[in-house]
Amino acid sequence: MIELRVNGVLHQVEAGPETPLLYVLRNDLRMNGAKFGCGMGQCGACTVIVQGKPVFSCVTPLSSIGAREVVTIEGLGTLAHPSPLQASFIAHQAAQCGYCISGMIMRAQALLAANPHPDEATIREHMEPNLCRCGTHMRILAAIRVVAAGEHA
Amino acid sequence: MKRRTVLLAASGVLCAVAFAIMWRPSLRETTGTPIPADAATIARGARVVAQGDCIVCHTAREGTSYAGGYGLKTPFGTIYSTNITPDAATGIGRWSVDAFRRALRHGVSRDGHFLYPAFPYVHYTRMADADIDDAYAFLMSRRPVDAPPRKNELPLLFRLRPSLAFWNLLFLKSGAVPAGRGVVERGRYLAEGAGHCASCHTPLDFIGGEEHGKPYDGATVDGWDAPPLNRLDSATRPWTQGQLVDYLSTGVASEHGAAAGPMRPVVDNLSKLPRADVEAIASYVLSLQKPRGVRNDTPVNPSMPAGYAEGASLFAGGCAGCHEPSAPMMAMEGRPSLDMATSIHADTPRNAIQTIVNGIGLPDEPGVSVYMPSFDDALSNRDIANLLVYLRVRFGKKEPWRATNKIIEEVGKDGSAPP
Amino acid sequence: MTRHDDRVDISRRAFIVNGALVVAFATMAPARLLAQKVDTLGTVILAPNLPGSLKSNPFLDAWIKIDDSGITVCTGKVELGTGVRTAMLQIAAEQLSVRPALITLVTADTARTPDEGYTAGSHSMADGGTALFNAAAQVRFLLLTAASSRLGVPVSRLTAKDGEIRADDGRKVTYAEAVKDIQLHRQADATSPAVDPKTFTLIGTSLPRVDIPGKVTGGAAYVQDMRLPGMLHARVVRPPLPGARLKQLDVTAVEKLPGVVRVVVDGDFIGVLADDEWRAIVAARALTRAAGWTAAPALPGYAGIHAALRTLPAKVYPTASRSTAPVSTKPAFTCTHTKQYVQHGSIGPSCAVAQLADGTMTVWTHTQGVYPLRGGLAEMLGVPLDKVHCIHVEGSGCYGHNGADDVAADAALLARAVPGQPVRVQWMRDQEQLWEPYGPAMATDLKATLDDAGNLRDWNFALWSTPHNERIVNAGRLAPATLLAKPFVSAPPVPIPNPEGDADRNAVPPYRIPNLDVTMNFVPEMPFRTSAMRSLGAHINVVSIETTVDELARSVGQDPVDFRIRHLDDPRAVEVIRTAAREFGWPYRGTDDRKAAGFAFSRYKNIMGYFAIAVEVAYDPDTNAVRLLRAVAAIDCGQIVNPDGARNQIEGGILQSTSWTLYEAVDFDEIQVHSNDWSGYPIMRFSQVPDEVSVHIVDRPGLPFLGAAEIAQGPTAAAVTIALSRVMGSPLRDLPLMRHAPFGRT
Repeated sequence: MIELRVNGVLHQVEAGPETPLLYVLRNDLRMNGAKFGCGMGQCGACTVIVQGKPVFSCVTPLSSIGAREVVTIEGLGTLAHPSPLQASFIAHQAAQCGYCISGMIMRAQALLAANPHPDEATIREHMEPNLCRCGTHMRILAAIRVVAAGEHA
Repeated sequence: MKRRTVLLAASGVLCAVAFAIMWRPSLRETTGTPIPADAATIARGARVVAQGDCIVCHTAREGTSYAGGYGLKTPFGTIYSTNITPDAATGIGRWSVDAFRRALRHGVSRDGHFLYPAFPYVHYTRMADADIDDAYAFLMSRRPVDAPPRKNELPLLFRLRPSLAFWNLLFLKSGAVPAGRGVVERGRYLAEGAGHCASCHTPLDFIGGEEHGKPYDGATVDGWDAPPLNRLDSATRPWTQGQLVDYLSTGVASEHGAAAGPMRPVVDNLSKLPRADVEAIASYVLSLQKPRGVRNDTPVNPSMPAGYAEGASLFAGGCAGCHEPSAPMMAMEGRPSLDMATSIHADTPRNAIQTIVNGIGLPDEPGVSVYMPSFDDALSNRDIANLLVYLRVRFGKKEPWRATNKIIEEVGKDGSAPP
Repeated sequence: MTRHDDRVDISRRAFIVNGALVVAFATMAPARLLAQKVDTLGTVILAPNLPGSLKSNPFLDAWIKIDDSGITVCTGKVELGTGVRTAMLQIAAEQLSVRPALITLVTADTARTPDEGYTAGSHSMADGGTALFNAAAQVRFLLLTAASSRLGVPVSRLTAKDGEIRADDGRKVTYAEAVKDIQLHRQADATSPAVDPKTFTLIGTSLPRVDIPGKVTGGAAYVQDMRLPGMLHARVVRPPLPGARLKQLDVTAVEKLPGVVRVVVDGDFIGVLADDEWRAIVAARALTRAAGWTAAPALPGYAGIHAALRTLPAKVYPTASRSTAPVSTKPAFTCTHTKQYVQHGSIGPSCAVAQLADGTMTVWTHTQGVYPLRGGLAEMLGVPLDKVHCIHVEGSGCYGHNGADDVAADAALLARAVPGQPVRVQWMRDQEQLWEPYGPAMATDLKATLDDAGNLRDWNFALWSTPHNERIVNAGRLAPATLLAKPFVSAPPVPIPNPEGDADRNAVPPYRIPNLDVTMNFVPEMPFRTSAMRSLGAHINVVSIETTVDELARSVGQDPVDFRIRHLDDPRAVEVIRTAAREFGWPYRGTDDRKAAGFAFSRYKNIMGYFAIAVEVAYDPDTNAVRLLRAVAAIDCGQIVNPDGARNQIEGGILQSTSWTLYEAVDFDEIQVHSNDWSGYPIMRFSQVPDEVSVHIVDRPGLPFLGAAEIAQGPTAAAVTIALSRVMGSPLRDLPLMRHAPFGRT
């Protein structure tokens, strides 16, 4: 059993220490937000926040998490009470198929937590690791930009 | 009295000598409207400029090409590269070809001030006039960019540029190398001159000069080991001409690994050169080999040293998807197996740590590329240390590196990309 | 890749005798010319006079069911990330006069919804939306009629709203009561009660998408998120390339790995079932190592693909031909364009869940067509159609025929091995990129002349392509079925007929041209399996046409926008062109020689949505860096159901097409495909995203829905190509336009 703290809740996890965090979140903890995209840290669909930093959960072994706090999109807000960033993504209708969007939001959230008012260049550079195939980038940027400017949707 | 006169005279002479050493005239400004060169000259100049990697240091991140502003971290502080576009006010638009030659040969700016040796004039001085002139023509054909130079971040002592004259006395041997015949000689010309390979691959002494008697013995640059170029023959798998050419012209050698760290942009540039140039450089580099010592390659019997099991687990979850032999990258792409990787066999774990911590970045423009994510935020320092034990023993068949923690901390701390 | 295989069971290829097609599968007509009996999405036309998909599903109760539990609306179309679910809801709610929340919307399910074939080709609104629009209007009218009888007042004194019909005297009848007096199992009428579009309160509004809140808060939204009780996780192991055959495989060690429930090996088909997803992956890695394969047949290689395409045997299809004026004596303008193989490249690899229970195979799938998939699966499993049940659950965006159907077959084959237990299969990244059917490589030759007045006179266009429509018309179209010990063989390819077109989609220019000849060389034997990808041949065809028109206009000193308008008779075409030009600020007056603009237009398939676009690009010769700076587009898709949804689709289309056009190509040599991950198949990232994209809608209330999802692909590619050609100073004719030398190879 390995202890894992996710969204403020301490879990006892049976998975082996080598198991990438992604599968622990999805299968052991039955969460949907982090997605399998490439398994190689190339696309960012699996992005979650570990100790304030965005990480690719698909290549982050469970044993490396230790006591660090994991935050997933389930920990930002809910359907009834979305976080400002989630609300902004809804307001901008910043999704097409939406498969990449949880990863996008988590990466952006990590930026905004560390730097609440990033400029456009900083936002774009920060988001570089995450891929979107539908071409929703303009709306993703708009949704982040509004929160970065402090104009919560 | 007499003694005093002698002293005075002596100091006068000294002053005169010092003045002669430290003073350089300003050269006449041109009108700032360059005379357009013919296309063939510009094309030759483009090749020379690529040989010299000029764009790498003279372009800021996200900045305009050749407009300067790139910060070179030196042990003395950060030096920002200058604008070498033909902008009259902020670039080299008013430089004559003579001023340009003097800068490359003697490290002196048009207005007479000394340039810092971060600008590798100690090597550019080896270039032939014709090549320098072509490079000038090429740069003058670029679009002028208004980009004022950024102020260097140096302690006061090092802001006294005239003192560089004494540095030059020690390290600058002006003059072109005569272009000899043959591939190796051509390679020598390119590597010693425009290519300035030794700038990174030779250890520097305490005042930043290349140590005498240790050419190509290897050094540390930007937190990466620039491996010795005279020991390529002693590698676990000795480098061959073919492998070296592949590495320099494509960024990957199938038996050694991919270019990373500060070498990556160098390779990006070399890939634009005619293959003959790269083959010449490779031939010359391979001619530098010291005699093989007694190779201590007896494979270590992995006796499961401390950290190995933890490292194995980390590898299975974090690395195996790309680096196990069954991974598509290995099975289909023929990427170098880690048991061949130079960084795993190296004497220090520095480059392995750098690669784990910083990854191998995406190319500037979308193109088929070698990429590895950064594991800085995923793995703790202890994880990295354990992973290194596993990598070294399993793939390197060697004893684990010692004192890895210090380098891990160092790389983690300033492993961030340059300003 | 065609297999020359002596193990093929002759009985399974009953439809091919002596190389000739004699029996077609299920609903697919055997030849292009007979195809009018089915529509291009594979459904049988039963009532040709009815609007939209009512043609193939004429009964009202196939679409709308009303009972005491509420209103259920069924659509055979599926959510692919285009917002179609929300748009369908808007249409049904509008015409039934209810709040959207009162409707339960069921999307494609072979047990519950009409068969609308595939959700593809920008047809969802045009066919499915139109069917719902009419069915709902007719149902509402029937309900009003029933209420009128019950209450004894004329329909004119009744108001229907939110499930109730009220008379002006205050008495009311609920829809559920009224429906008892009528029979919804009746064929729809050809015309529906007229509605004034000015009265619409839902159609034409940007109702927020119903699926987005769940998707941004971690709700279970995709087939990937399904977790059924007792569900096993599976992975498949594929040959390194199609055509490689299994030489050896010892599974004993893998079977002993922790969590492994079963290893299935059937011919070249290999799968492993485990009690946990990560354990399945670890076991699949071990299987990959254990498997030995023969070499696959040599490939033509990246550089050789277009020469190969022109020399492989081709069927020649005359797409269009007319001759109404003397041939021009002016010198001809000629050009050749090429396009490399491209990948759909879904961010989420294909996934399916299957369960064999009580003799029925149920498959949860993100296929674009549950009914065609059911047919293919039933044939593969050797069971009757009614023993296979396909239910659509959303997946990652597919943009056409990707691995969705194949992975459903994987899941069915593996679930068959463990009756009763649900099995979830997801492909790994390399499997998605190596085994999805690619968008075809193509080549085009164009020759055109102007007359003495500078008008288009002669136009000769020929194109070469492999199929764009290898959809599931038999089991052999499912990749796993071709790997079995007794393999199934793919049905012979048949191109989608005109006017929709296949490789020749949009091959006929929309302009007034007296003499015209357009020919498709259809190459059925292909180095790679290819199939439908957003806009099919329109991508390169519109590039070929629009770059030529641009160059011809400039050759006679005319503005390319004015030149186009001069050659168009359709006022709707002219209006979108003028709108895009005006909003962009055309003619372009930029003075920076590192920036340029391009303009392009097309009407999708020449019968659907209109699209015009102007773009500005920047090019840095020192670094070869290209940026799309600005794109301004105008669309006319008839009556717009959801303006923001349409804009979202167009913005996405512009960015995706830009990525295809600038960067994308399957990288392969003679022995291997190298594009098996994102570093081998790079696509647009945030640093390449433009500064500004704006979409201007020319709305046409009351006119038919025309669809929007695919209309941006061709013209965007053309505008980017034109702009980049101008800034680089020479015409660019090979897609992708900016291919950088692959790292690691020369």
